Amino acid sequence: MSDIEIEIDDKKYSAKPDQMVIQVADAAGIYIPRFCYHKHLRVAANCRMCLVEVEKSPKTLPACATPVTPGMKIFTKSPKAIAAQKAVMEFLLINHPLDCPICDQGGECELQDLAMGFGSSHSCYEEGKRSVKDQNLGPLIATDMTRCIQCTRCVRFGEEIAGLCELGATGRGENLEIGTYVERTMQSEMSGNIIDVCPVGALTSKPFRFTARAWELDQFPSIAPHDCVGSNIFIHTRGGEVMRVVPRENETINQTWISDRDRFSYEGLTANRVAEPHIRIDGKLKSTDWQRALEFAVLKLQNSLEKKGANELAALISPNSTLEEFYLFQKLLRQLGCDNIDHRLRQIDFSDSFFPRANFSLAELEESDGILLIGSHLQMEQPLAAVRVRKAFLKGAAIAAINPVDFRFSFSLKEKNIIAPHHLVNALAGVAKSLCEMNSKSIPEFLKNSSVSETDKKIAMCLFSKKNNFILLGALAMNHPEAALIRALADFISEMTHARVIHFTEGCNATGAYLADVIPKKGMNVSQLLADPRKIYLLFNVEAEDVANPAAFTHALSQAECVISLSTFKNELLEKYADVILPVAPFSETSGTFVNVCGEWQSFKGVAKSFDESRPGWKILRVMGNLFQADGFEYESSEEVLSSLREESRLSEESRLSCQRKLASSAFKKDTGCHLSQKTLGWHDNMLSRIGEIPAYSTDAIVRRSEPLQKIQNENGLAAARLHSHTAHELKIKEEMIITIKQNQTEIKLPVKIDDRIAKQAIYIPAGIPETNSLSELFGKVEIKI
Amino acid sequence: MNLSEHTRKKIDEWLLRYPTDQKRSAVLQALHYVQEENKGWLTEELMDAVAEYLQLPRIAVYEVATFYSMYYLAPVGKHVINVCTNISCMLSGSTEIVEHLKKRLKISTNETTADGKFTLKEVECLAACAAAPVFQMGKKYYEHLTPEKIDKILDELEKKNGE
Repeated sequence: MSDIEIEIDDKKYSAKPDQMVIQVADAAGIYIPRFCYHKHLRVAANCRMCLVEVEKSPKTLPACATPVTPGMKIFTKSPKAIAAQKAVMEFLLINHPLDCPICDQGGECELQDLAMGFGSSHSCYEEGKRSVKDQNLGPLIATDMTRCIQCTRCVRFGEEIAGLCELGATGRGENLEIGTYVERTMQSEMSGNIIDVCPVGALTSKPFRFTARAWELDQFPSIAPHDCVGSNIFIHTRGGEVMRVVPRENETINQTWISDRDRFSYEGLTANRVAEPHIRIDGKLKSTDWQRALEFAVLKLQNSLEKKGANELAALISPNSTLEEFYLFQKLLRQLGCDNIDHRLRQIDFSDSFFPRANFSLAELEESDGILLIGSHLQMEQPLAAVRVRKAFLKGAAIAAINPVDFRFSFSLKEKNIIAPHHLVNALAGVAKSLCEMNSKSIPEFLKNSSVSETDKKIAMCLFSKKNNFILLGALAMNHPEAALIRALADFISEMTHARVIHFTEGCNATGAYLADVIPKKGMNVSQLLADPRKIYLLFNVEAEDVANPAAFTHALSQAECVISLSTFKNELLEKYADVILPVAPFSETSGTFVNVCGEWQSFKGVAKSFDESRPGWKILRVMGNLFQADGFEYESSEEVLSSLREESRLSEESRLSCQRKLASSAFKKDTGCHLSQKTLGWHDNMLSRIGEIPAYSTDAIVRRSEPLQKIQNENGLAAARLHSHTAHELKIKEEMIITIKQNQTEIKLPVKIDDRIAKQAIYIPAGIPETNSLSELFGKVEIKI
Repeated sequence: MNLSEHTRKKIDEWLLRYPTDQKRSAVLQALHYVQEENKGWLTEELMDAVAEYLQLPRIAVYEVATFYSMYYLAPVGKHVINVCTNISCMLSGSTEIVEHLKKRLKISTNETTADGKFTLKEVECLAACAAAPVFQMGKKYYEHLTPEKIDKILDELEKKNGE
């Protein structure tokens, strides 16, 4: 349909035929007051604040719900429009308390602002105001429901975006209330967005509450450091201190939303920080100044390297580090002759030389017809990607999942195969074979022995003969002991279905780490470096909770002769074994760059003042480079670091991409069948295997220290062994029983919870929490003793 | 909590009238059946059971149950007397009707008699203005009310119940 012409306030504008008046006005920069309208939510038209005069209409019309028509003349500031808006304002203020001085929204309140513009100092209303009882919605959201003007934005957000209807409008007329009816903690992983959409002070941030006024805050753009989506955020500071985090609009990434993890993790930024550099003298860790600490560190490293050789040095870095930190880290190490460098801390299968592809945009996900999730708890791992998948679902996409747990998603799964991790490869092979049959292609050798179940066929149908397919691999696939096979099979399926494969990597900057070459080229990978412990460890923000095998990590550090750690946070294990601890600034205190899963480079500046003596990682690494007299460490700014990385990576990226593809397919073909790897792993069909998920609020050091997020996580009682009732029956165990779980040489005791969402033959024991830290790998065979 | 077989059967009959992906349409009837079976009122558990049975978010059921005045969210008497006090009935003397009922039953509005027989409520227009004043008890309307007429109605009911 062609564009039409309309007139707003005597000026001509062109509009799309399906647009509402308010959309055209917004695009033209003409402000129309509103409370209930939100561009990403369904039109409700219940606040009536956006009434405008339309020529030939006897009554004023709501701009948010009035579609444009050719030749339409709209007046947003005519006496009639203003009178209508003022009248609505008076109605809205009838029951609204006059408590702005004690309201947390004061100073950034849409109602307050509009009351200034459209309100009157006098009200005709003399009766008593109504008051509404508050509900406790959990540790994140504070309620003052008397202030609610019932715009229902929060209700619509839950229904439409979060896909979890928790809030609703109960009662009617005078008694209408917004709430959960039965008081409970909100479960949505992006519940914090209702704080932003609330135009009044009814829903405010509980952790931020009463700590600052909006006008005292400075606003700085930044990037959220917790998942590979890289949501855009604003950090609000006061006197250089981070006070809160809110979303920054970016239509291609996070639109106007962020996850609760991105919003509330700032609470962990200043908790438990390393304040000063520390060195170990005579067996005791003592604080010292930077000069001494750096010299001590370099000398210690040099001595150890001379004695043991570069092959005894293991260098591990958190996937949440900045691109600049990655680059200098590997540059320094490679100049020291060390190639034992890795950031893939929770992965164990590297046989396919995987390299991320970053060949899509999140918006494209929204337009897909078929989506297959493999080992992905998308909802909690990458909540903003789940928002896009939900939109695809609402547009009719068929979504299937092959997962070890029947996770809750904000979209319905058309087909699912809930299977224990040790059956994952077989299940994928079944789907692959079934697609071969559907496409009448000859079945390759490696799939000859695979069996195809009805479920496999149904899952294949979700992708078969669709135009725009996606295969999403989550942490439970990427960290799987057979990850290479899983990725290869995903590639095989993608070739059959023209699907694009997205590998959702862990951390916020794994793509950056690959780009900066923070993977061993010929050296040892993280798994080998922990299984076959080295004598020297250089760590950059690595804690036991960050690695696939915390038990091996602890052991490795205990036997090492030299441990140097650049750490943001205090850590008992490191305090016990480290010879040097250098305080590194987190993302909020350093400039840097994160590359998201779509391959977008997003740079940000340091916005908060340094905590005590901590310094940006790139500066520490630069000075270390200088002290080692390494070449090319003369950087004056992080931008300089970035540009030298850009030059280097541009050269190698293309060749690496094609090389990776080749490797992936060859690794796969060497396998004569999908069972082969199982034998090398010592697995068998009837074993009980662990599902070692990293809970959303345990993924990284900052999140693990955020008190409100930890409260929510603890409410859900994660420190338990969860099993399907069928598995429990077979093992003769019951709810609440305390059982001993044995994995390799490690053992822990946990209470049992029966949970039928868990696959049979599997036991869900989350990692990344203190209670399960002494266990070894995330997956693999476990034994149970009652 | 599970719904009774009887209720489920009745809900299923209603579900046949709607497209299979619009089970929400049956929520009004479902709540009526559940309420009928539970001595005239709805518990949270029952509403949750309806939500589960119709595959709705729980809040969607709470919204409906709290919106309509004919769902009772607290225990009620065997007979709920809903007196219309809207404009037509008011002009025809509903105030006197309510006062008489209060005196006779020895309760105030929104209360239940000690023997659990009667609950008294005021409601908005029952759409029977021509016969004002009116009250509704169960599925029946009682029209052109006077104190004498009310006594007769209640006497008869008490006689019946007293057996």
